[in-house]
Amino acid sequence: MALTREQVAQRVAQEFHDGYYVNLGIGIPTLAASYIPDGIDVMLQSENGLLGMGLFPLDNEVDADLINAGKQTVTMARGASLFSSAESFAMIRGGHVNLTVLGAFEVDCQGNIASYMIPGKLIKGMGGAMDLVAGADNIIVTMTHASKHGDSKLLGECTLPLTGRGCIKRVLTDLALLDIADGKFILRERAPGVSIEEIVELTAGELVVPGDVPEMDF
Amino acid sequence: MSGFDKVVSSYEEAMEGLEDNMTVLAGGFGLCGIPENLIVEIRRKGTKGLTIVSNNCGTEAFGLGMLLIDKQIKKMVASYVGENSMFEAQMMSGELEVELTPQGTLAEKMRAGGAGIPAFYTATGYGTLVGEGKEVREFDGRPYIMEEAIQGDFSIAKAWKADRYGNLMFRKTARNFNPMVVTAGKIAVVEVEEIVEVGELDPDEIHLPGIYVNRLIKGTFEKTIEQRTVRSA
Repeated sequence: MALTREQVAQRVAQEFHDGYYVNLGIGIPTLAASYIPDGIDVMLQSENGLLGMGLFPLDNEVDADLINAGKQTVTMARGASLFSSAESFAMIRGGHVNLTVLGAFEVDCQGNIASYMIPGKLIKGMGGAMDLVAGADNIIVTMTHASKHGDSKLLGECTLPLTGRGCIKRVLTDLALLDIADGKFILRERAPGVSIEEIVELTAGELVVPGDVPEMDF
Repeated sequence: MSGFDKVVSSYEEAMEGLEDNMTVLAGGFGLCGIPENLIVEIRRKGTKGLTIVSNNCGTEAFGLGMLLIDKQIKKMVASYVGENSMFEAQMMSGELEVELTPQGTLAEKMRAGGAGIPAFYTATGYGTLVGEGKEVREFDGRPYIMEEAIQGDFSIAKAWKADRYGNLMFRKTARNFNPMVVTAGKIAVVEVEEIVEVGELDPDEIHLPGIYVNRLIKGTFEKTIEQRTVRSA
């Protein structure tokens, strides 16, 4: 069975370590904040200018001056700090954020990512995504493995305008966890009940299947 | 009785000298920390052909989006312009030129513009549409593109508190682009929620010194929320 959005978020959260500064993109990545494993402290970075994002506010706590990068009202966690967007991207570009998780339309086996524009259809802008993929060493892309029509989104070469070139090393889809190295996808884990054949079938880019591909553990 | 007193008494005075075809830098992220009354004054003035540099372009009803109603914006430099159908229509018809710029690059372009640095190198956007036509240089084996600083004829910004000398404090994430915007404008106009007497702010707690500020005005703010998201108790 393909993973649900919540399960993808849960699997992402397994990559969090105690003391990590993490930037979570809009959508499924943001959900991962709900699954931070017990006993570890993670500080969430919001690129508009907040380190230490807390829960969504209670109705009487809503503050128009306190929002996240998705423009949602938020609160601050204990130990939070506030700064300008220039300072925020200094952290990101300077490689100080330990882990970045973001979504994508397409990823290819050269580590390229396309996530911000569908020419003629969707022109909204890249926001902070180009800075995030250029600045972080440790990035996880979360996405569905294939479109609703069964077209692979893990390609030999991205077809949409790129957000970043050669910067993605790890992809988590609803079917599998894969690494990218030397121009190939490498299958690391599969969703419970999903066969290797199914993953091979829906991966258009070159895929290496090691001898042992364990099921994800939740 | 001080040449350092930046306070002006009306919005008209605050935006005096703004002319057609000027470049205006505007602070704010989404609708958070935007100079909402200064935008309303630009709309009232009817200045046209403006180049606006701001992370976003407001919504149809509020913020910079209001300047689209009478087509006052010629060119928009922003990182994200979604969720505004008027913007999309003017962009598609070619009436509005758009230069999409990554958020961190946009912040740094204005920081550089205010700090006397004409250009800088960044890995952001290398190998993408953003990097096309820009100088590429390798440092330690990694390619970077050269991005040029941005300066404005005017900057319009929002801060929380100021003293009469224009020393500024921002509040929470309403800080966002505002400090860099203030530094990079030839005429920097800041509106605030409260103006106190000189000496009342602790110098250690001033976020941006008044040297960057030309005009200061106290306003009242609607502070519209774009995505009110709450949890239940």
